[in-house]
Amino acid sequence: MKISVIITLKKDVLDPQGKVIHQTLDGMGFDNVNEVRQGKYFEIDTKETDNDKAKAKVEEMCKKLLANLVIENYKIIDPK
Amino acid sequence: MKSSVITFPGSNCDRDMDVALKKFGFKNKMVWHADAELPKSDLVVLPGGFSYGDYLRCGSMASKSKIMQSVINFANSGGMVMGICNGFQILVETGLVPGVLLRNKYLEFICKNVFVKINDKKNKFFKNVDNKVLKFHIAHNEGNYFCTNDQLKEIEDNNQIAINYCDENGKIEDEFNPNGSIKNIAGIFNKKKNVLGMMPHPERMIDTSLSGEDGSLFFKNLINNLK
Repeated sequence: MKISVIITLKKDVLDPQGKVIHQTLDGMGFDNVNEVRQGKYFEIDTKETDNDKAKAKVEEMCKKLLANLVIENYKIIDPK
Repeated sequence: MKSSVITFPGSNCDRDMDVALKKFGFKNKMVWHADAELPKSDLVVLPGGFSYGDYLRCGSMASKSKIMQSVINFANSGGMVMGICNGFQILVETGLVPGVLLRNKYLEFICKNVFVKINDKKNKFFKNVDNKVLKFHIAHNEGNYFCTNDQLKEIEDNNQIAINYCDENGKIEDEFNPNGSIKNIAGIFNKKKNVLGMMPHPERMIDTSLSGEDGSLFFKNLINNLK
């Protein structure tokens, strides 16, 4: 089963990379952008076949390694 | 005094640290990250470099390596642990010291000499250092210290800030902040002050013909404080 995770920076954390991307977009003529925040996307292919169990394991992975909860939030996307 | 320097895949300041520690009298051992046991040590050092290629987040993979459980136990039982640069990034990922290190504010890799002001001398790392200000070297891409407001209050209440970026007279201002760190923080302690994480490299300041000597001051003092 494949489970996806999106990691985003928390609201108050400065994102210099997102800022530069925003500026570049602006320079390219995309001048109606309010803000850009950069994050990470993971696809985890797990041997687990039970949906809930798989999600619980991935949540543990997020807390222990994939995200640093001081600065990041994680969102697990339901497998379809 | 016995010290151990942990080498992770991608560490590159481990041998410099070995040279520095030996120069000032430590009997140093190099310890591989995949070992489980820490040799008997008075000081454990996590060196600078790019452990695991800085994948995911700097220090995140190294913080989960086998030896780190022993390092964490050692620190929690009062052992002296110092993380320099990537070692600091590893320390924050273990949670031994609070906060995180973000990408430098202006997205540049910074490699230069800086001045840091010693904020607290009631600890074995800086006790008896006469100077208020030290000249150290920094070389990093992710040294922008960040923590939550609650953490910052706790750090300040417990006097856990070790050193701040400043000018040569010890003035702490925005213009002397190389990387955007909150409050110009260059290094912090854990609560008990037996764990120090800092971005500057004292091991690069131990030879008059190559650099300054403020690293020599630091190491000479450190070994005396540990005796």
